[in-house]
Amino acid sequence: MSVEVRLPTLLRGHAEGRSTVSFPGSTVGEVLDALVTAYPGLAGQVLTDDGSLHRFVNVYLNDDDVRYLDRLDTKVNDGDTVSILPAVAGG
Amino acid sequence: MLELSATIHAQIVAHCLGGLPEEACGLLSGQLGGETVEGCYPARNAAASAKLYTVDPTDFVRADRHAQSHGLEIIGVFHSHTHTDAYPSPTDIAQAPDPAWHYVIVSLRQAEPSVRSYRIVEGTVTEEPVVQAADTGAEGRPQAAGPPGGRSGGAGR
Ligand SMILES: [Zn+2]
Repeated sequence: MSVEVRLPTLLRGHAEGRSTVSFPGSTVGEVLDALVTAYPGLAGQVLTDDGSLHRFVNVYLNDDDVRYLDRLDTKVNDGDTVSILPAVAGG
Repeated sequence: MLELSATIHAQIVAHCLGGLPEEACGLLSGQLGGETVEGCYPARNAAASAKLYTVDPTDFVRADRHAQSHGLEIIGVFHSHTHTDAYPSPTDIAQAPDPAWHYVIVSLRQAEPSVRSYRIVEGTVTEEPVVQAADTGAEGRPQAAGPPGGRSGGAGR
């Protein structure tokens, strides 16, 4: 099972400048683990020390925020896209 | 420098005025590293506040996908200040996500909206001139593709 991961411009410097990478996994968490194993610079940007999603990023499986699915346990299928986007906010 | 066509300038201002009394926000697309805005994606303000904004993440993912399908990237964000000048607030500076982005602020304090643009790099704010670009006819398509939260075409499944 291979899933495409779309990286925001902000994080591409940690991934050889790539905008899109592909990793195997059966859940969002497995895909993100594979991602941060391949690109350790992304580790602290995407996941917290205890392995949960960083609050400054939003992770989408296709059109759905994984926080409203099963978070990192959300199942993925071949051909799915996981998008990592920074939280954009201010005052 | 940030180049905005009259069409995109008008889209940004209209979305900000339409969001009153709350702050409004949206995303801007262009070539990676570019200074010309090619598309404007009005977004919902998930904070639903007159003092704060949060770009609705679902609107962001759709905008990102639409831009990507046109060979573009999200290169900036705009938001309104309903009662203050068009200068980044301490919250804007602290939360600026990407040093490569353009941060456009629209002040609605005066009768005539004021549109200004900034770079925010590690807490340092630098204003950049906003220049009017020629209308090529290509702008505005993202908005024409549907309201915020609507379907975005292209690379979606
Ligand atoms: Zn602001």
